[in-house]
Amino acid sequence: MPTLVVAAHGSHLNPASSRPAHEHARRLRATGAFDTVQPAFWKEQPHFREALRTVPSEEIYLVPLFISEGYFTEQVIPREFRLAGWSGWESDGTSAVAATLSAQDTAQTVHYCGPVGTHDAMSDVIVRRAESVTGDPDVGEGVGLAVVGHGTERNENSAKAVRYHADRIRARDRFGEVQALFMDEEPAVDDVTDYFESSDVVVVPLFIADGYHTQEDIPEDMGLTDDYRTGWDTPATVDGHRIWYAGAVGTEPLLAEVVAERAADAGAEVNDRLRTEPERSGDDTVSFC
Amino acid sequence: MDRDPVEALAKAAADGVEFDGLSARLDGERLHVATEGSTTTVAADGTLADLPAPLAASVTNWFYWDAIAPEQSAGRAFLRWLEGASEGEQSTVPERYDALETGVSREWGQLLLTARLADQGTRRYEVRHVDDQDVPISELAVKTALDDATAIARRDDRDRYRPLKTAPTLPRGWVFPDLGPDAVLSIVGELYPATIENWYREREGDLDVTHYREAAQRQTGRYQSVSELPSEALEWAAEACCVDPECLKRREWDETEDEVLDVPRGDGSFPCREPCSLFVAAAKEWTSLEDEATRTYEIELTPSERDQLEAIVDAVADGQTDQIREADLGAGANRYRARYLRAKRFEGDASGAFEMADGSDPSEEHTTE
Repeated sequence: MPTLVVAAHGSHLNPASSRPAHEHARRLRATGAFDTVQPAFWKEQPHFREALRTVPSEEIYLVPLFISEGYFTEQVIPREFRLAGWSGWESDGTSAVAATLSAQDTAQTVHYCGPVGTHDAMSDVIVRRAESVTGDPDVGEGVGLAVVGHGTERNENSAKAVRYHADRIRARDRFGEVQALFMDEEPAVDDVTDYFESSDVVVVPLFIADGYHTQEDIPEDMGLTDDYRTGWDTPATVDGHRIWYAGAVGTEPLLAEVVAERAADAGAEVNDRLRTEPERSGDDTVSFC
Repeated sequence: MDRDPVEALAKAAADGVEFDGLSARLDGERLHVATEGSTTTVAADGTLADLPAPLAASVTNWFYWDAIAPEQSAGRAFLRWLEGASEGEQSTVPERYDALETGVSREWGQLLLTARLADQGTRRYEVRHVDDQDVPISELAVKTALDDATAIARRDDRDRYRPLKTAPTLPRGWVFPDLGPDAVLSIVGELYPATIENWYREREGDLDVTHYREAAQRQTGRYQSVSELPSEALEWAAEACCVDPECLKRREWDETEDEVLDVPRGDGSFPCREPCSLFVAAAKEWTSLEDEATRTYEIELTPSERDQLEAIVDAVADGQTDQIREADLGAGANRYRARYLRAKRFEGDASGAFEMADGSDPSEEHTTE
């Protein structure tokens, strides 16, 4: 069975930052599809620098739990994992699949996969998030969907990933309207109600973890609340629209499957168990005995 | 246990077995088994019951390490160390089994790890906080899953987030009472990531230490500036972050291979092979702060007030503020004392308490030069 390392950002300040990596690792372990599933972090431990030595395997599938190709996937992860010969994925910004490299310090073969955020299956996770937050497995007809990204502050690929999924979901004709909105560029999430005619609008931030942006900035910017600390209603009424705010897409359990898909696309023989145990919520703790 | 250890040994003995004082050799249908002071021959399809007790112990010991314990070298070496079976430790298998009957314990950071003998030589392992050494299991929260370890590592006893897993702030009150060999390695790896692997590399003389200047040179983006941290400030930074009361790793990196830091390395079991991300983040702040030029200030204080400022700095730096009793007015860092000092000396225009000695405008005091 393949060995999987999930590379995530983590945080020195916010314990919620690393939760998706731990939660998806737990889900993937529970499927038995992988021999070992090891999270690794930029800001927490095990650090990227030391994660490979904790995995007793000659061949590793390394999946970045990041939204877009950019600084972390192109520079930080290859450098910190000591991936010899890394020169990029030959990607247009959303099309990275995998590159096979050798880790300098452990001599392991590393299949370095594209980030989860640009995988086609991420569109399904966004839709699932809309289903989860509305409690309606058929949500779509007459409902607007806003996919929200950070924007072009440092990396144009971040916006590309948001538009990519918004376009794909729009093409499915499931939702009445689909828009890509941003925090730092137009069209801006602050004006969410200007971009939708539908009375119900589901807002899904294309972020891995809940934190400052998804739990403070965006809810206040959209007018869901004056003060994030007092919380907000779901749905919340803003300018006559009902806004269903989903929180970070990366916390959706289905994202675990995207991680596995990334490894499978890079050649991992992922067994069928993965796809036969869908999880919408709940806990599947695995005990050692 | 699917196979009888004797059957497994007979198969392996075709090529000869030498392990922990046990010798085994297959001669046709006969299996010759020997330890120091005891020799016997049994049928190749025999069972443990055919062996005298000391030999049976050596055979089950071989079987555990051959068929059950992990092959991966770091984890295996760790489990051997845990029960006192490392190279150079001369205990015999019967002696080791006697100790394992009651449990052999080792400390690993704030963990107390105990190996015990179970059925037919199998080992089971317990993990708990070292300060819970004498607490009955019935008074501890029994844990079994890797997720439990993730949750334990996340917050300290005051429910504060722990950004550094090797900080000596692991919460108490839990126990993993009965783990197999792979599971105990996973649990330790979750509580103290990569410590077993780096400890093993160090034992093998193969630890890849990255010194500060090299680690700093590697930084990009927001952290590029850390290569400019002055040498003197690096000493202060290591004193602030890398000593035993702050981190249980033993610092093996220095400024460079030739420029050794004076700060004590610490007494931890496991090595620190390069500045961690928290240290680099701190170094970024100090690099920026060190960029400011010093100024000379004048402030009027009584001798006791001067002592009090020192006491406040010490109490904050040592994390002692919450241990100063509410009504202990004799302690300089007592909250009422600090509030009194603020009311007397710092209320209102706080920066006005410190007069610039050269008479310049205090509002320019943060200007970098």
